[in-house]
Amino acid sequence: MYQEIIISGLGGQGVLSMGQLLAYASIQEEKHVSWLPSYGAEQRGGSATCAIVISDEPVGSMIVSKPNSAIVLDNNAFDRLESKVASNGLLILNTSLINRKSTRTDIDVIEIDATKLASELGNQKIANMILLGAYIQKTNILKFDSITESLKKVLGPNKQNLLEINEKALQLGSDIVKIY
Amino acid sequence: MAKLLMKGNEVIAEAAVKAGCRYFFGYPITPQNELVTYMAKRLPEVGGVFLQAESEIAAINMVYGAAGTGARVMTSTSSPGYSLKQEGISYLSGAELPAVICNISRGGPGLGNIQPAQSDYFQATRGGGHGDYYLPVFAPASLQEVADLMGDAFDVADKYRTPVLILADGVLGQMMEPVEFSDKVVEELPKKDWATTGTRGDGGPKIITSLDLDIGGLEAHNSRLKDKFENITKNEIRYEEYEIEDAEYILVAYGSVARIAMSAIKLARKAGIKVGLIRPITLWPYPQEPFIKTRDKVKGYMSVEMSAGQMVEDVRLAVNGHAPVSFYGRNGGVIPTHEEIYEKIVQLSGGVKA
Amino acid sequence: MTMKPVFKKTKGLTEKATHYCPGCTHGIIHRVVAEVLEEMDVLEDTIGVASVGCSVMTYEYFNCDMTQSAHGRAPAVATGIKRVLPDRIVFTYQGDGDLAAIGISEAIHAAARGENITIIFVNNAIYGMTGGQMAPTTLIGQKTITSPEGRESVSQGLPMRVSEMIATLDGAAYIERVSSHDVPHIAKMKKAIKKAFEIQKKGLGFTMIEVLSTCPTNWGIDAIESLEWVKENMIPVYPLKVFKNLEEVK
Repeated sequence: MYQEIIISGLGGQGVLSMGQLLAYASIQEEKHVSWLPSYGAEQRGGSATCAIVISDEPVGSMIVSKPNSAIVLDNNAFDRLESKVASNGLLILNTSLINRKSTRTDIDVIEIDATKLASELGNQKIANMILLGAYIQKTNILKFDSITESLKKVLGPNKQNLLEINEKALQLGSDIVKIY
Repeated sequence: MAKLLMKGNEVIAEAAVKAGCRYFFGYPITPQNELVTYMAKRLPEVGGVFLQAESEIAAINMVYGAAGTGARVMTSTSSPGYSLKQEGISYLSGAELPAVICNISRGGPGLGNIQPAQSDYFQATRGGGHGDYYLPVFAPASLQEVADLMGDAFDVADKYRTPVLILADGVLGQMMEPVEFSDKVVEELPKKDWATTGTRGDGGPKIITSLDLDIGGLEAHNSRLKDKFENITKNEIRYEEYEIEDAEYILVAYGSVARIAMSAIKLARKAGIKVGLIRPITLWPYPQEPFIKTRDKVKGYMSVEMSAGQMVEDVRLAVNGHAPVSFYGRNGGVIPTHEEIYEKIVQLSGGVKA
Repeated sequence: MTMKPVFKKTKGLTEKATHYCPGCTHGIIHRVVAEVLEEMDVLEDTIGVASVGCSVMTYEYFNCDMTQSAHGRAPAVATGIKRVLPDRIVFTYQGDGDLAAIGISEAIHAAARGENITIIFVNNAIYGMTGGQMAPTTLIGQKTITSPEGRESVSQGLPMRVSEMIATLDGAAYIERVSSHDVPHIAKMKKAIKKAFEIQKKGLGFTMIEVLSTCPTNWGIDAIESLEWVKENMIPVYPLKVFKNLEEVK
């Protein structure tokens, strides 16, 4: 198993923490993993991107240029990454903030109105979890249990009250893919 | 111990604390800020001192002061800040004070940018400041290696009474990987009877200085330093070999780029190209051995760097004309991908055999 | 006939003869600092930091642990020492080129941090060791080899009053300017230096004693004239005064 994933969107959309959840879950399952953020001069409001490599063997390159999967949360990220996804790869789009269709025919494209669905669940910020749920369901690279276990860690003792809504969002993403 | 997911900069800091470092003098500069931030919180927890200096120059001189008392002390910075620290590092070397300095390097020259780069190689491996000196340079390639090397860096510093440099780049500083801290036992080290801590009946005043106005005296001091550098060269060289047994071509890369090169080598091996990697872990002293034993067997070496071509000079010195040496690099903050390194391997080997 | 000692050399200085020029008051200032350390019985607890300039070799003269620092960096070096060994006495000994020019940043920030160290700042209005160049403290009209027509303000700026400046910082506990040009002033100097070290010993914060000093060699006058020159020319520009004396250290 060797998976290269890029997650990209706007600062504040939870892009980096999605990647960290994947990394924690990988450790849980005793897989090798690397997580690399892109970083810039801006502190807030700019784009946010991270690259994750999950593998059964030690990770060589932590630099991802042709991801197997990309999860994109806004138009800018979509424009940058659409062409980069490897053939037969996977592209998951947050159509709430993306206003055009993908023209790629050699990859799987999953469209989810995630920001809107998250608002309906009661917290716009958990759009990232809906998309992550969809990704896990589609690829099966990690177990849902590992993600939820990791979620407990990432949220920390002060935010355990957010666990339930995050799990709901993961479930919703997964359900959407099941009937996609 | 369980595996932890940590950022590279934090791993460096925690590993330093685990190695007994209790004093840190820093100054903010991207992309190493997490290291300073971590120390600010962590050191008071273990009874240490964190101090944010007014400049990199002040920070390295605070290190000089603290090192003179015999304490385990460290500072970190990124390229422009590392330039500013050169004066202090030269003094540390001259006065023979142990300390660990970390350069999470970025694009240059000048203010450059804040993206990863390896363009401080010359500065790192040729002393960097004024005068005849070298300092041991460790270049880890993974966060686990960072965790394992920090203790060694402090031990080497103490053992030889020398500043030691950890040279990494923004990729290693910013990335996260699982790490496990070992409970390594600190080596039995010589007593620091040279430290200036107040005489307190210990037999008269001690002096820490790099000044020797007597010409013969300075030459004698410098030749003692030279002996020490030769000793370090004899004992402290580290490197890793990857797939070199049957290799016709050998890539040479260090730090994060070595990891990318390994991925490229995997692709090339799949395509039937016999290629391997020499990864220097110490950049000074530079490993000669893996070149000496391969240079009459291989068809060529290629140094792969995030610079305009710096380590390639050490590769040429080590190969010493026995085989062709070429270079591939990206710089100014651009990171080469394993796909593009693979393309270079294909070119080097004259194409993939059908 | 019995001999009665009228002067006893302080244990705070080594046997080494100093290299200072005749008429230079560095030797006097050294002796005063050393006497104070001896009288306070802290020689064994003291780490001194030498700077770069005429006093670069002070580490050979003070009879306590000494560290030699880079030009201007003594307060940073002292900070490093003091942060590891807070119960020791740490002082720097710096000239005006070292402290007021290249090292002004380190001096100001050590003061701003309230670093519990003592700076002995020797001001003779010129760079001595390098052969008499203009310093930030050089007086208007004063001839140096880099202000051969005499310092003029338009292109060469104006003298810097370091004590006054540092006294404005909240972190400074005790700042005083004294002089070394005659015996009564040397007595006052000793009092000031003692006070500074006592404040440090009590852990009350940053102290600096600025001592006006001579440089007959580079001023181009003789030893006696140079003492007069301090009085006539330097003191009017650099008044002798306590500039900062925190309530709790009084």
